[in-house]
Amino acid sequence: MYSEKVIDHFTNPRNVGEIENANGIGQVGNAKCGDIMRITLDIEDNIIKDVKFKTFGCGAAVATSSMVTEMVKGKTLEEAMEISNATVAEALGGLPQTKMHCSNLAADAVHAAIKDYLDKKTKV
Amino acid sequence: MRRIYLDHSATTPVDPQVAELMMTYFLEYYGNPSSVHFFGRQVRKALEEARSQVASLINANPAEITFTSGGTEADNLAIQGAARARSKKGKHLITTAIEHHAVLDTMEFLAKNGYELTILPVDEEGIISVEELKKAIRPDTILISVMHANNEVGSIQPVEEIGKIAREKDILFHVDAVQSLGKLPIDVKAMNVDLLTVSSHKIYGPKGVGALYVRKGVKISPLVFGGSQERKLRSGTENAPGIIGFGKACELAGQRMEEENKELVRLRDKLMDGIISRIDKVKINGPLGDKRLPNNVNVSINFVEGESLLLSLDMLGIAASSGSACTSGSLDPSHVLLAMGLSHEVAHGSLRLSLGRHNTEEDIDYVLQELPKIVDRLREMSPLYHKAN
Repeated sequence: MYSEKVIDHFTNPRNVGEIENANGIGQVGNAKCGDIMRITLDIEDNIIKDVKFKTFGCGAAVATSSMVTEMVKGKTLEEAMEISNATVAEALGGLPQTKMHCSNLAADAVHAAIKDYLDKKTKV
Repeated sequence: MRRIYLDHSATTPVDPQVAELMMTYFLEYYGNPSSVHFFGRQVRKALEEARSQVASLINANPAEITFTSGGTEADNLAIQGAARARSKKGKHLITTAIEHHAVLDTMEFLAKNGYELTILPVDEEGIISVEELKKAIRPDTILISVMHANNEVGSIQPVEEIGKIAREKDILFHVDAVQSLGKLPIDVKAMNVDLLTVSSHKIYGPKGVGALYVRKGVKISPLVFGGSQERKLRSGTENAPGIIGFGKACELAGQRMEEENKELVRLRDKLMDGIISRIDKVKINGPLGDKRLPNNVNVSINFVEGESLLLSLDMLGIAASSGSACTSGSLDPSHVLLAMGLSHEVAHGSLRLSLGRHNTEEDIDYVLQELPKIVDRLREMSPLYHKAN
């Protein structure tokens, strides 16, 4: 039911972990529906220098998290904001229909982390 | 790759003796059992033999067995058929929160169509309270449906006690025995059951065959009309090879049950003990010991999600199942685990390993060797794990 690419990202997830002293942190989902994604960003000069994820969830949740970290690394914040859940799913060769809503939140987590970074910045 | 099948509560492989017998009824004895000629009579004879074999495993009379397309149809026939036949007497139905969806969804359909439904809760082990049941009974109660053993957590229900109460109050009592057939002794007379559902493919018989026991004298309405087969209770040409295979599977189950159960219980307990001692923050779901099906293991593994576990196990050749929402096709995790009081989060991380006839000590050792590594890997990835530590 999963594409080879999903299985690859699930088996060998990229950028697992948490950046210490991350300046952007985003968490989406909840345990009730079975998916939680936490993205930590290291942003410098408007560019995502480093990104890591931690995910509690199904195969699709892990794979989309891993995929999105690859997609946004090295990108400007504006470019990263352009990446949507749908583009992540597409990059993975598609997801089963039932997974499109519940487990496809990785881009949202990145956006939340960027927003967190921007909010902190304006406060300073 | 090594492949270990630990999903026998989902389905079982067909026993070679069963498959061999069935082949004859596809290729040689292909007549319609309703035909008067030689071809038909041959099949009729075998079909009635199968009816006796099924009846014998549950201490029923052959005339009390109606063949169906499986457990789901038998549940539907029992519940819808009883509700319709007794609707003049009353419209109140009682069932439990942990039934299979074949029962629950049928009950809920009736509740939307003029019937009233009481769903009984279960305790943390997944067992209903007979006292609660007594309190739920009303003068207009016409049917009680309680499963013999639960398919997810293996909890065995006090059906004999319930049967006694139902009989005293003249309420029809239906038992879904799909998971217990061939694993627990079933005696429809001692259990005071009026209707009992069984299925073939959980006991090394073919898929697409089941049966409903209808106690002599109990009237229920059919769901399917047509050629008047199965004493008009289930029209349609009988699935003769399937039914004959089911009969053989029942005969074999009866012969092997006692010996097989000893081995299943031994392997089950080894697997449960091994998981508890090798992985921290796990919880066994369901009762221990005699109140549990001999082949059922169900554990919640904190901080990981069930489908991820299943995928990881599958990559190592281990087939299991989970109560996670991701595997149910809905957004909610297992209704059984939620009814037992588990949080959504813990229910999402449940793993069911159901053993069968062909599992060996080495299979269990392999699972116990690989599962902790999988859990470690997934926990490393989980944002919940460090928070809790």
